Amino acid sequence: MKVVKTKVGFEGVYKDEYAFVEGEMLPAWSKQSALSVVGKPVARLEAKQKVTGTAKYTHDVYLPGMLYGRFLRSPYAHAKVKRIDVSKATAIPGVLAVFTRDNADSLPFDFAREFFSNEVMYQGEEVAFVASVDEEVLDDALEAIEVEYEELKPIVDPEESLKDGSIRLNEEGNLSGGEPKVYQRGDIEEGFRKAEITIERIFKTQAALHNSLETHGSVVAWEGDNLIVYTSTQSVFGVREGLASVLGIPADSVRVVSAYMGGGFGSKFGPGRYTIFAAAVARELGRPVRVILDRTEENLVTGNRSQTVQRIKIGAMKDGTLVAIHHRAIINVGIDGWVTDPGAPSKMLYRCPNVRTELYGVRTNLVSSTAFRAPGMVEGTFALESAIDELAYALGMDPLKLRKTNYTETDQATGLPYSSKGLRDAYEVGARLIGWKYPQNVERCGTIVRAKGVASAIWYFGGGPPAYAEVKLTRNGRLSVITSTQDIGTGTRTALAQIAAEEFGLDITDVLVSLGDTSHELYSPGSGGSGTLASIGPAVREAAYNAKLQTFEVVSQLRDVPKDDLEIRAGTIFRRKSGERVLSLRELTDILGDFSISGKGARGPNTADYFSNSFAAQFAEVEVDVDTGEVRVLRFVSVHDSGLVINPLTFSSQVEGGVIQGIGYALSEGRLVDRSSGTVINPNLNDYLVPRISDIQEIISSYVEPADPHVDNLGVKGIGEPPIIGVAPALANAIRAATGVRLHNLPFTPERVYLALKGREEEEKKWAYY
Amino acid sequence: MRKFLPVRLNVNGRSYSLFVDPRTTLLELLRKDLGLTGAKKGCDLGNCGACTVMVDGRTRLSCLTLALSLEGKDVLTVEGLSKGGRLDPVQEAFIRNDALQCGFCTPGQIMSAKFLLTINPHPSLAEIKRFMNGNICRCGAYPKILAAVSEASGGVQV
Repeated sequence: MKVVKTKVGFEGVYKDEYAFVEGEMLPAWSKQSALSVVGKPVARLEAKQKVTGTAKYTHDVYLPGMLYGRFLRSPYAHAKVKRIDVSKATAIPGVLAVFTRDNADSLPFDFAREFFSNEVMYQGEEVAFVASVDEEVLDDALEAIEVEYEELKPIVDPEESLKDGSIRLNEEGNLSGGEPKVYQRGDIEEGFRKAEITIERIFKTQAALHNSLETHGSVVAWEGDNLIVYTSTQSVFGVREGLASVLGIPADSVRVVSAYMGGGFGSKFGPGRYTIFAAAVARELGRPVRVILDRTEENLVTGNRSQTVQRIKIGAMKDGTLVAIHHRAIINVGIDGWVTDPGAPSKMLYRCPNVRTELYGVRTNLVSSTAFRAPGMVEGTFALESAIDELAYALGMDPLKLRKTNYTETDQATGLPYSSKGLRDAYEVGARLIGWKYPQNVERCGTIVRAKGVASAIWYFGGGPPAYAEVKLTRNGRLSVITSTQDIGTGTRTALAQIAAEEFGLDITDVLVSLGDTSHELYSPGSGGSGTLASIGPAVREAAYNAKLQTFEVVSQLRDVPKDDLEIRAGTIFRRKSGERVLSLRELTDILGDFSISGKGARGPNTADYFSNSFAAQFAEVEVDVDTGEVRVLRFVSVHDSGLVINPLTFSSQVEGGVIQGIGYALSEGRLVDRSSGTVINPNLNDYLVPRISDIQEIISSYVEPADPHVDNLGVKGIGEPPIIGVAPALANAIRAATGVRLHNLPFTPERVYLALKGREEEEKKWAYY
Repeated sequence: MRKFLPVRLNVNGRSYSLFVDPRTTLLELLRKDLGLTGAKKGCDLGNCGACTVMVDGRTRLSCLTLALSLEGKDVLTVEGLSKGGRLDPVQEAFIRNDALQCGFCTPGQIMSAKFLLTINPHPSLAEIKRFMNGNICRCGAYPKILAAVSEASGGVQV
């Protein structure tokens, strides 16, 4: 066995990980491999549990003796907490405890002393916690707590927050990290001097809320000194690490379970303050504690896609060749969120020698921002791909041709060749599916105008070690795949079953998959960065391969046949050369009894010689009613290079879902904040408008599958995030083609489109903003 | 002092007699008193449709229905839709078409679809969209939900 160091990326952040290499690595699958289960549309393994209501989500966990817990939260975006009186609440029968800053230090963990603060910095920050025997009592108790606040002026606009003389929200100041994050290659001054044409625009994007249908929540219970946590998460190990470090207990004393989870989209990685506090209260009271956020809390305190203000300048030659890009972004990170990278597409998407990006992460009196499906890339690609479209108009050039003109075969930052890139084919397939023509036939009928738009997308490769799997032959001759990864609705269970079935040689109906439980101690990374399949999938294949070798070894000794002459087809073992049937797996396990055959697998290292990315070409056909400003997406075509597609059925579901979230982001979604009070106006699903079924017309998903022998032993790259990336710019570009008007500010609500068509884009309500 | 009032109702063909806090919704009663966790609490405000069940043969948002208002009523939840492991054609169509991702909204979607097909056995795509508009799917399984309901309408007997 060899231990090697390898680079693993997560959404553009790279670190070194160790990987074990044992023996020869399996050569990657490709379209040319003779595959019988992989590449076929297979219904979800757990679909029956989901359609019968028997799938148990975190919300469905009700433990014996469990208490209900909930926070009282600040209604103000910025205020001093002057006085808290809990006496009326504690007097209610059934209230077991009320914790505030005045008594949290009685909890048996150090973190609790500083959990509540004297000055709340965003609407929804915790002020008190109640634990009670049922939820009706909980409501009564929360209402009975009296809090006296002194309101302070909130800062919610990041541009105001950056100004001199603004209130400081943090010791460091209001600029996260104290200085802008700058990336530079080449010389943009030189590039712009050389440019024959330049485009400069300002684009604004809104804060978008995940609104996973299962709100954040946990049910926690102590067994002795061991903590069991049922939680809705994208990362069982992330929750375990987070809890262990805050509570100061060993990570292997914490078991995190998330068998089924109702959506995350980037918002569910760490334990969350609710889980940490629930664990402390459960320890103190000696009872399990359940904390499930309600929909309003979900909208106020679980984070959001960052609001941004971006200024982008592009310089090009008359033939369309890009010579310089300068991309600056102000990113509203809330009180202490994460600075995403909207500059990423400017660095990565096209061949361009001179690029500079500047990121200003700015603090405000809003909840900390968090990851949301392709964070940064979605916001930045809206700006870049809208500007590229404007460049095409300025050049009098087909926008699709302009994109192909600046096609690159190498990663622009490192100079490394791509491990595979099928974007050129994706452009061709997409253009055919949407019926792309240049110049366009813009169709008009009364007040309705129809046209098409295009955008490209690039996304990071998220696969890598460490990720481990075990595959066992069960007592019934079936295959049990054991991992500790998560299935967050993407179809991970099903894809892993397909991989194991393919490698081992049996029907997918004979594969069981377990996941979402840290107690196996088979580490898997969190389900994010579109890296789940490319991380755990190769480990599962290797484990199935090793289980197969062990099976051959056993059969060879039992039946006195050479092990190299054995193969397994549809659950039966044959002699390879003669085709003679040896025995079925069921017959084998009947002979073996409870003797167990198993194989282990680990994700191998990433290549150092190539750079990996996934790509997409996205096309929209829209209809704009110029009298009302209403936009309808008639058709959306999304063509992906995500490497090999394991399951075309669930793959298309991922694409459709991403496109639909992109349509919501582009047309209707946005957190509205009242400028003077800093409070959120629409923290619910009545006023925050996610797409509904009637908003969705035709979505055509397709893929190209370039062989990728370098990326992992499956040849897969990832599909979770790419489908959302180019949706907003494709719609913006289609609207531009239809109406002649460039929209700069997301979302394109009817009000905004109407005003923009009248040349009054800046004239919108001033009292609130997205 | 809190008061608990009696209510007697039928759920999935079984009768129950309980004492409840008058504020208790049908959703809470199903999930906490009866252990039927198929109906989900997505918003508790009647916006998302994840809690959809049937009361006397018509869909109801169980989060907006007080348990006490159900005296003598018949409630059907997703758990009551399949019998002895045999699935309803709507459930089968959802599986075949992959009309679900995380699955959290699925029980509500299925109950809405089931009711639609009882009042309109062969709906047009536009009718399906209009009727299913109260059920949010944040994962965006809509194209496949549309396909599943449409496919199931072929198999449902009038």
